[in-house]
Amino acid sequence: MATYLEFIQQNEERDGVRFSWNVWPSSRLEATKMVVPLACLLTPLKERLDLPPVQYEPVLCSRLTCKAVLSPLCQVDYRAKLWACNFCFQRNQFPPAYAGISEVNQPAELMPQFSTIEYIVQRGPQTPLIFLYVVDTCLEEEDLQALKESLQMSLSLLPASALVGLITFGRMVQVHELSCEGISKSYVFRGTKDLTAKQIQDMLGLSRPAVPIQQGRPLQTPEQPAISSRFLQPVHKIDMNLTDLLGELQRDPWPVTQGKRPLRSTGVALSIAVGLLEGTFPNTGARIMLFTGGPPTQGPGMVVGDELKTPIRSWHDIEKDNARLMKKATKHYETLANRTAANGHCIDIYACALDQTGLLEMKCCANLTGGHMVMGDSFNTSLFKQTFQRVFNKGFNGEFQMAFGASLDVKTSRELKIAGAIGPCISLNAKGPCVSENELGIGGTSQWKICSLDPSTTLAIYFEVVNQHNAPIPQGGRGAVQFVTQYQHSSTQKRIRVTTIARNWADAQSQLQHIEAAFDQEAAAVLMARLGVYRAESEEGPDVLRWLDRQLIRLCQKFGQYNKDDPNSFRLSESFSLYPQFMFHLRRSPFLQVFNNSPDESSYYRHHFVRQDLTQSLIMIQPILYAYSFHGPPEPVLLDSSSILPDRILLMDTFFQIVIYLGETIAQWQKAGYQDMPEYENFKHLLQAPLDDAQEILQTRFPMPRYIHTEHGGSQARFLLSKVNPSQTHNNLYAWGQESGAPILTDDVSLQVFMDHLKKLAVSSAS
Amino acid sequence: MSVNQQAHTGPPYGQPQPGYQGYQQPAYGGQPLPGVPQSQYGAYNGPMPGYQQPVPPQGYFPSLGFPSKGSPVSLNSDTSSLAPNFIGSLRAPPTSGAPPPASGASLPSGHLAYSQFGHGDVQNGIPASAAPMQRPPASQPFLPGSAPTPASQTSTFQQYGPPAAGVQQLSNHVAGMTIGSTTASAPPPAGLGYGPPTSVPPVSGSFSATGSGLYTPYTASQGPPPTSVSQGLPLAQPPFPSQPISTQRLPTQVPGFAPPPSSTGIGPSSYPPTTGAPRPPSMPGPPLPGQTVAGPPTSQPNHVSSPPPPSTMTGPHPGPPMSGLHGPPPPTHPPQPGYQMQQNGSFGQVRGPQPNYGGAYPGTPNYGSQPGPPPPPKRLDPDSIPSPQLNELPPQQKPRHRIDPDAIPSPIQVIEDDRSNRGAEPFVTGVRGQVPPLVTTNFLVKDQGNASPRYIRCTSYNIPCTSDMAKQSQVPLAAVIKPLATLPPEETLPYLVDHGESGPVRCNRCKAYMCPFMQFIEGGRRFQCCFCSCVTEVPPHYFQHLDHTGKRVDFYDRPELSLGSYEFLATVDYCKNNKFPSPPAFVFMIDVSYNAVKSGLVRLICEELKSLLDYLPREGNMEESAIRVGFVTYNKVLHFYNVKSSLAQPQMMVVSDVADMFVPLLDGFLVNVNESRTVIASLLDQIPEMFADTRETETVFAPVIQAGLEALKAAECAGKLFIFHTSLPIAEAPGKLKNRDDKKLINTDKEKTLFQPQTSFYNNLAKDCVAQGCCVDLFLFPNQYLDVATLGVVTYQTGGSIYKYAYFQLETDQDRFLNDLRRDVQKEVGFDAVMRVRTSTGIRATDFFGAFYMSNTTDVEMAGLDCDKTITVEFKHDDKLSEDSGALLQCALLYTSCAGQRRLRIHNLSLNCCTQLADLYRNCETDTLINYLAKYAYRGVLSSPVKTVRDALINQCAQILACYRKNCASPSSAGQLILPECMKLLPVYLNCVLKSDVLQPGPEVTTDDRAYIRQLVTSMDVAETNVFFYPRLLPLTKADVDSDSLPAAIRNSEERLSKGDIYLLENGLNIVVWVGVNVQQGLIQNLFGVSSFSQISNALSTLPVLENTFSKKVRSIVDMLQVQRSRYMKLIIVKQEDKMEMLFKHFLVEDKSLSGGASYVDFLCHMHKEIRQLLS
Repeated sequence: MATYLEFIQQNEERDGVRFSWNVWPSSRLEATKMVVPLACLLTPLKERLDLPPVQYEPVLCSRLTCKAVLSPLCQVDYRAKLWACNFCFQRNQFPPAYAGISEVNQPAELMPQFSTIEYIVQRGPQTPLIFLYVVDTCLEEEDLQALKESLQMSLSLLPASALVGLITFGRMVQVHELSCEGISKSYVFRGTKDLTAKQIQDMLGLSRPAVPIQQGRPLQTPEQPAISSRFLQPVHKIDMNLTDLLGELQRDPWPVTQGKRPLRSTGVALSIAVGLLEGTFPNTGARIMLFTGGPPTQGPGMVVGDELKTPIRSWHDIEKDNARLMKKATKHYETLANRTAANGHCIDIYACALDQTGLLEMKCCANLTGGHMVMGDSFNTSLFKQTFQRVFNKGFNGEFQMAFGASLDVKTSRELKIAGAIGPCISLNAKGPCVSENELGIGGTSQWKICSLDPSTTLAIYFEVVNQHNAPIPQGGRGAVQFVTQYQHSSTQKRIRVTTIARNWADAQSQLQHIEAAFDQEAAAVLMARLGVYRAESEEGPDVLRWLDRQLIRLCQKFGQYNKDDPNSFRLSESFSLYPQFMFHLRRSPFLQVFNNSPDESSYYRHHFVRQDLTQSLIMIQPILYAYSFHGPPEPVLLDSSSILPDRILLMDTFFQIVIYLGETIAQWQKAGYQDMPEYENFKHLLQAPLDDAQEILQTRFPMPRYIHTEHGGSQARFLLSKVNPSQTHNNLYAWGQESGAPILTDDVSLQVFMDHLKKLAVSSAS
Repeated sequence: MSVNQQAHTGPPYGQPQPGYQGYQQPAYGGQPLPGVPQSQYGAYNGPMPGYQQPVPPQGYFPSLGFPSKGSPVSLNSDTSSLAPNFIGSLRAPPTSGAPPPASGASLPSGHLAYSQFGHGDVQNGIPASAAPMQRPPASQPFLPGSAPTPASQTSTFQQYGPPAAGVQQLSNHVAGMTIGSTTASAPPPAGLGYGPPTSVPPVSGSFSATGSGLYTPYTASQGPPPTSVSQGLPLAQPPFPSQPISTQRLPTQVPGFAPPPSSTGIGPSSYPPTTGAPRPPSMPGPPLPGQTVAGPPTSQPNHVSSPPPPSTMTGPHPGPPMSGLHGPPPPTHPPQPGYQMQQNGSFGQVRGPQPNYGGAYPGTPNYGSQPGPPPPPKRLDPDSIPSPQLNELPPQQKPRHRIDPDAIPSPIQVIEDDRSNRGAEPFVTGVRGQVPPLVTTNFLVKDQGNASPRYIRCTSYNIPCTSDMAKQSQVPLAAVIKPLATLPPEETLPYLVDHGESGPVRCNRCKAYMCPFMQFIEGGRRFQCCFCSCVTEVPPHYFQHLDHTGKRVDFYDRPELSLGSYEFLATVDYCKNNKFPSPPAFVFMIDVSYNAVKSGLVRLICEELKSLLDYLPREGNMEESAIRVGFVTYNKVLHFYNVKSSLAQPQMMVVSDVADMFVPLLDGFLVNVNESRTVIASLLDQIPEMFADTRETETVFAPVIQAGLEALKAAECAGKLFIFHTSLPIAEAPGKLKNRDDKKLINTDKEKTLFQPQTSFYNNLAKDCVAQGCCVDLFLFPNQYLDVATLGVVTYQTGGSIYKYAYFQLETDQDRFLNDLRRDVQKEVGFDAVMRVRTSTGIRATDFFGAFYMSNTTDVEMAGLDCDKTITVEFKHDDKLSEDSGALLQCALLYTSCAGQRRLRIHNLSLNCCTQLADLYRNCETDTLINYLAKYAYRGVLSSPVKTVRDALINQCAQILACYRKNCASPSSAGQLILPECMKLLPVYLNCVLKSDVLQPGPEVTTDDRAYIRQLVTSMDVAETNVFFYPRLLPLTKADVDSDSLPAAIRNSEERLSKGDIYLLENGLNIVVWVGVNVQQGLIQNLFGVSSFSQISNALSTLPVLENTFSKKVRSIVDMLQVQRSRYMKLIIVKQEDKMEMLFKHFLVEDKSLSGGASYVDFLCHMHKEIRQLLS
């Protein structure tokens, strides 16, 4: 098995791909019996330090419906200078530039180690990156000040040639002109009126003067940049101006009377930002960065009225269909998001407020465009400041770790079809022979657009085996999938990354053990979780849980070894052993449970869940718990209440939170001040160790997790207690009163109970 | 004409009077000749001279009035060709006549005389006798001349006979004129007004001389007797018409006659210049010849003796001639005398002076003729006489056509008389129903219980007790109210009364405010309302004991008990939303489209505002103005500016969403000038720079107002928007307009659409503005049509002002614009005003004219009301009034002062009531009447074809005068035109209104001009309408450089001009300086700084500053005039015989206008005809 693990890991490192099954069942029927669909997690821009891009264009299959890229899997006739497409079997002539190839003189794309390769193509005009700040001014003075500083700081992080723009909003929406001297100038819009892109462009004076239509396409007039330049300027030209402008930014001056929320025109502000870019820089890399400190309270996209006595919608309201503004607002933002995505721009949402800010309604803006979503309590927290700074992180080669306007094209060999994708993308509606009729996630297409992505952005792609049972695959046949990702690099180059993978087919009846052994339970857990989250967006929570449970039971029935109706005989092989546990924690996770979470929080968690890579996703599903004690070096311990011991310091990473928990005794020691006594320096070190480790995580993660330092009995300890498996509660007596852990006051079932039930159901002959 | 001839007068300065006389005289002599050559002028002059003589006469121009008819006659006499134009016709006669006069006093001279008289007749009708006086010699010629028509004449004479009485009055007028002076001494009179009036004065002079004694009596008579007021004009003599007919158009004329009757209905027929026929009938007027003849001779003699006349004038009035005249007229000429006789007879000696009139009268007979159609009135039927007369008449007619312009009532004379009679003593308002001095008179007012005439003037100070009487007289009962009028420094402002929290004391029922007319009863515990008679308890805090006369003991301590005008401090109950108002705000909204920037306007405004902002209006005792200011610029989009004091730089906020206007900022838009001084200065510096390169030519308009309105709403205050706008708002936005200017609509039923707004959008907007107290002042700088009719709607309904500077050019128009702007910004203004006029039971305010909005039928709402805005209110009976209690008016104006104080200004006025129509006619004020009529007519054009409006006006005036004639004047010949003393200027002024650009546009008048004028006039006060319709014409060269007085004005007729003089004409909007071709080089050098006439530049917009007495004097006159008017007048230099002269002639309102307006004489004739038709 070790080999499979290695294989999986190798593949992931090389190609950024994790398949649920690494040996594929060879027929549709068998595949469906596998329960977990054949699917993969793809990290298109996985950082590859060892992969210098090649400076030429890929060679494409000449069949128009195929256009697959030449890959190591293709058969090449060096003498005839022909190659056969491994997807459609079309024989293609090499282009003239390849005249010199031979077995010993192969281009990179034919070498097996380059199953993933990146091309740089010089096509079309290069346009600078664009950052459009959309800033809420209905903030507390401190918050606004902090935000202003962050924004000013960000100017220094932008590439000098990047264009920046500024829109501020409150009761009104102001689009600031950046090129003027002496007098600061802005265009003001009413925050209650939705405007079409055309209107916005007219009002901003962006519509091109009616130039008599010249033959062919309108020239990319040199005037165009001139026109838009009023609102979007290269950083190096106006950073002083903009810094001053930001400095002078005042809180929204309109009075807010007692018992009212400030009027905040987020919907219109976004609409204007989208319209502005739509008109001036379609199909170029651009980020609209929305900073908001509260819910939209007027105009289109309004989430809650300005009466404070009317609280913002809760899950309860939504379930009761009591959130009257939600649908309309959601629709507004969805429309915006789709327009933005169509133009290849993305929207980031930085929402910092103690109460909800309407992320539920606005989530699609970030989800569909690949933008970031950050939620914090205040702009004046390191959570926001650091996170925001990290948006502009640079990679090892000094380039921004962000890419824009990507499109992902997936090609499969004939036995496979594409069922869909789940991730920060939208469908490009590319129908083709390899598109399945059954949809999982965003389906019906073989191409998706990802407006913004970074090296960790990961999509789940689901396939369907369509090979019929009675059409055996020839011995040694392999299924192949090719991922072609075209994107605009942060250096504004256009690049194409091509990943071609192949897996063996196996007959599920005769070679089930191979298939079983090649099961990637981690990937499968994440892929199933994404399906569950995807469903949860549109279905009732309990239905999703039931579906998940059924899938789990069926999987256990299929791959477990047991005697009928004898739960105790139930065994799972090693490659499946962790899977039920993942499912257990997934069931309790905020991705599927809305209890104790606001709608905004749920949206926020789900947003991140469907875009992070496998490792991070697993942490989200099942947080990691480390224990620090005098008994030995730090060790990972079970996420279980039994791990909570008085003489331990626990460090829990849930991805969104880092919790440091001092056990009862440790806490008492700390209170007593032992750490300050030289003779107890080791205690000081013990206290420090988890802090250092936490710091390390905090430094690297995006978004920066909430950092919680608590102790036994502390109110914040709830973050820990809510995550651990409640193996000891007030209900189960067998561990009660023992020194082995801390009881959790909950009615949730523990993993043990869950497993017991699972076994019972799996072995039941009734189902 | 005189001008041409005036060569004589050349040295105007030297001989001021002589000049005049010289003019006239020469005019007479040579007029015809020169006149003829000259196109229209000639014609005018011809008649003019005649007029001059007659001038003195009261004011009947029957014949002339009908120019149409009269003209025909002349036409006949002259030539058909001439016929088309009245003038032509007139001229023709003169021409023909002219030569003769030259030849001698004989017939020809007579003709001339006629022509003159003709006019004179009209006016003098009766006074004809006067004419004779001077013309004794001529009289003989007359006879001959008249001889042919004798029969008719005689008859006419007889008729005249009776009218004589009326005539006298006419003469009286004259006499009156002279009287003042005369009584003192003969010489003075001449010097008085007459001198200037030209020949007239002499006449008067002569009159005085002749019957100095008599005069005095006359004066007396004039005053009291309504009869005297009336002036009898001999009816036109039918015969004349016949004559015309005879000449050429018998057929045509005949038809013409037929129509006349219809025409009688209203001027139209007379006007129908288009149809030759109609006019002819009117022409007949001139026929008077017979009489005129007499006149002419005299006139000629005068002329001849021109030099002497002056002497005579000044001196003992040509006693001899005068006397001679007197003597002779009655006895000597039986026939003509007849006229004269009658006239004289009636007036007795008075007429003596009028002799000229007599001459004029003869003209009247002509009128009779005109009336041809109406002939029925008298025996002189055109038809009857036609053929025979035709032959003979022609010659005579020509002369007769002329009515001596001097014989018809002269506005100048009336003004001068009033000035000298009433200017000296303060006008004390204690007496009920007292007629105040004319608006042209400088006088002080002492408030003793009635509002000063500066606040309220009425058409009549004696109101008929019943509606029947009112209807019968057709005299509109109206008050022209200027609630916030500026007072001269010598008069005290209304006292501010503060009654504390309880507010002003009011009648329980009608809510009238406490005023001097409230009756306290029951020992002062209650008071009875003087308006509705309801008895109200006196609030305890207001109780006071009564003295033995029933007056409260604190009568003199309380302004509201002793004064006609005062103010109350309003309580919170009088405030919007029951909240005391905030201080108002001014928002300056500047068009920064290409045109505005390119012309330098934007820079100019910004520069000016920098200093002007320190002069915002402030409450008397406050150190700085409470008014806040804001700035907006706009083209297709709007730019708001944040000029908060804490900012280092102003911030500009562009609002492009013009479809749904809003104000993008709250704090920092409206600021205190002192606090934000540096930011504002910086802004005003930058605005011109920012838009220096603009290429935007389109503008919006409605959103601009909306923006201002929203800003005021947001700030919860009232205020004023100053909008500087250049073009038709064609950019896509609410209130977008299209160019709909179409001159083809003129004179069609659709003409009214030119005055109506294109869209109702602005009406609704105006309504919103009024609700918020947002007043809009509009400064327009159009280079083409921009639809003032529509753009002005909001301004008009919010009580704002429009200023228009067509083809604005920095060099020439900047002074005018800046002065207007300064005055407009600085002037006293109230906001969010509501005015209500309460009246005694029996009458009721039923109609309102002015710049305001009304949401119900009683409350006049004005977002802003400044010291120049006037509201005219019309009253109608709804019950009877009693003579004892009279009629009371109380105008209450609730407004917010410029410091944000809510106040009530109360004006009270008590009027008499009468059961005799004569009392009504004796207490009228023509200037006010004209103010009302003009406003009424100007509103009428919105809904009716202009022609209908004009006809209605003429008809109403004819009815007024006919009613007088029928009920108040002593019996007289129908051929006489008899005018009430108080209304003797009604015809001339009415004619001015009818000829105004709105009612009769010339080809050069744009649609925008008309709409502009229409709106302007609607809020004018009486003084403004007076000078607007009858401009003031001052002979600059006659100015006394050593005194600071103005030279005596002369009448607005070209024939009063001398080629050798420089004149200044002002009408409240323009100052035109007219330079004659023969002006001495020295004068030109002194005034213009150039060496010759040809070097004078038309382009001057100011007079060069030169160090010499003449230049200084003229400039001081100009400055003085500018100060008097609420708008800075545009100075235009016009050289005689230059293209621009057309413009100047347009203002000579006594002449026939190029656009078809009748001359004074012609119109008077027409009026006379109308009246006669009504009487028959």
